[in-house]
Amino acid sequence: MTAPPVLELRDLRKVFPVKGSFGRVTGEVRAVDGVSLTIPQGQVYGLAGESGSGKSTIARMIMGLAEPTSGDILLDGVSILGRQASLAHRQRVQMVFQNPGASLNPRRTVGQSIRVPLDAHGASGDRRRRVGDLLDMVQLPRHFADRYPHELSGGQKQRVAIARALAVEPRLLVLDEPTSALDVSVQARVIELLESLVADLGLTYLFISHDLSLMRNFAQTVGVLYLGKIVETGPVAQVFRAPQHDYTRLLLASVPVISAEEEAMRPVIPLINGEIPTAEDLLALREQANLKEAKT
Amino acid sequence: MSLGTEQEALSNAWQNWFRFSRNPTAVIGAIIVITGVMLAILAPYITPYPDHVGAVVDFRNRHQPPSADHWFGTDNVGRDIFTRVIFGLRISLLLAVVVLSIAIPVGVILGLLAGYFGGWVEVVIMRITDIALAIPPLVMALAVAAVLSPSLVNSMLAISLLWWTWHTRLIYSITRQLRTQEFVEAAETLGASKAHILFREILPNCVSAIAVKTSLDAGFVILIGAALSFLGLGIQPPTPDLGTMVAQGASFLPDYWWQSVLPGSAILILALGFNLLGDGLRDLFDVEDVR
Repeated sequence: MTAPPVLELRDLRKVFPVKGSFGRVTGEVRAVDGVSLTIPQGQVYGLAGESGSGKSTIARMIMGLAEPTSGDILLDGVSILGRQASLAHRQRVQMVFQNPGASLNPRRTVGQSIRVPLDAHGASGDRRRRVGDLLDMVQLPRHFADRYPHELSGGQKQRVAIARALAVEPRLLVLDEPTSALDVSVQARVIELLESLVADLGLTYLFISHDLSLMRNFAQTVGVLYLGKIVETGPVAQVFRAPQHDYTRLLLASVPVISAEEEAMRPVIPLINGEIPTAEDLLALREQANLKEAKT
Repeated sequence: MSLGTEQEALSNAWQNWFRFSRNPTAVIGAIIVITGVMLAILAPYITPYPDHVGAVVDFRNRHQPPSADHWFGTDNVGRDIFTRVIFGLRISLLLAVVVLSIAIPVGVILGLLAGYFGGWVEVVIMRITDIALAIPPLVMALAVAAVLSPSLVNSMLAISLLWWTWHTRLIYSITRQLRTQEFVEAAETLGASKAHILFREILPNCVSAIAVKTSLDAGFVILIGAALSFLGLGIQPPTPDLGTMVAQGASFLPDYWWQSVLPGSAILILALGFNLLGDGLRDLFDVEDVR
């Protein structure tokens, strides 16, 4: 029997009611609209999509920060619904947030921040030394433990956030746009670090990003999320070479390419007023798509 | 731990001090407050007539105007007013310290709970706060004095019963903003307990606002305390109290003006000092929420 996947989402949905005056529900936003995916042990799964596509809502549901409307989340084959807040759940899955400037408490030192999960989970052994080991792991000097976040650069802060997430030795790391707040040169080094960690520690990643170019060399499987639905999924090479869905082509079109050969392969997308469509445009597009579906 | 971080921490503190020292109102406020506290602590050693604190009577020297012997003059039974003003500072400061050390912890904890948990916890705490806010502290103190008896302890009790509300409101609004911050959510996903999140993650981000509020508050509490003792509801004679001295001296106005004007000025300057200091701290910490 093969081991169950580290993470499995089954028809996951999240609906936010839209409230009008006097708290009347006047509509609903289907932020996540029937997402299913599986991530086997040791894989990097890239979840791509623009802001508003529901990426972060999926991350928040996996972390227990939001309650799914329906569907199921399984970690190692076991449903976590109703148990998201338990320490056992927190020990298995951890998250690296988008903006390291906001995810580290400005009034607490790096060492104090990294100690939070160690104290919460009652880690055995010398916790001070463990903080040092974790800083080593993310290639930061040990004396950074006594620094405050404002004394660190963005890349260094994100390394601290990664160290903190790794403190409880999770199986799955949810990376919610972990490099989008960083400079391009720093991005690459953080990605390198994440790549080395996934191999060394036997981790599994759910890598969420709007930037497909980051996934090209990093992820094995890519899922493209569009208005709460996964419109295309498959091995990274396949999705990049022969995108099936218009939206994937649109995302790929915004990936910078280097060679003339790649430039020739670049799909041509009708942009709206010369720009990538906004969330409102996308909603209008979906209306059209739904109408088409209804007709056929 | 390393030299580098120590130096940075030092330079940080130095920078703060530099910014503080360039703010004249804050420096004046700090000097007034520190002087007031030092005078109050050292009162028995620096005042010319420490025994005039009690029920001393010296009718030959009554109603003396300010002079080299009696800097602030003497009162209607010949006691040195300067001595009594310095001792009076003790009562005012004691009132402020006691009221605030009851009001701040209560207010802060209620504010944290209401702001973080929301829902019915918020509704219950904030509606009680609104009700308490609607009662003027002076009226409350009058009621408590009427039911129990006029004394220092009772006026402290009366003011404390209402004073926490301001801190609850302040901390509530800050906590509401912080609750959705990523570092709070990060702590939740890391498995930190509610107590940890409230007191280790959110509270440290409220400290500067509390410091500013405390300093501004101290001035108001001293004024209310003086008003209560002016009305005869504070500490009872012969213990020297600034508000009581103003009240007693008022019957000898305008001929023996120093008996009420000088203790009144002491109240004014002390309250002003706390307010200036609070304003300065507000600029220094860059907190906007505090009234």
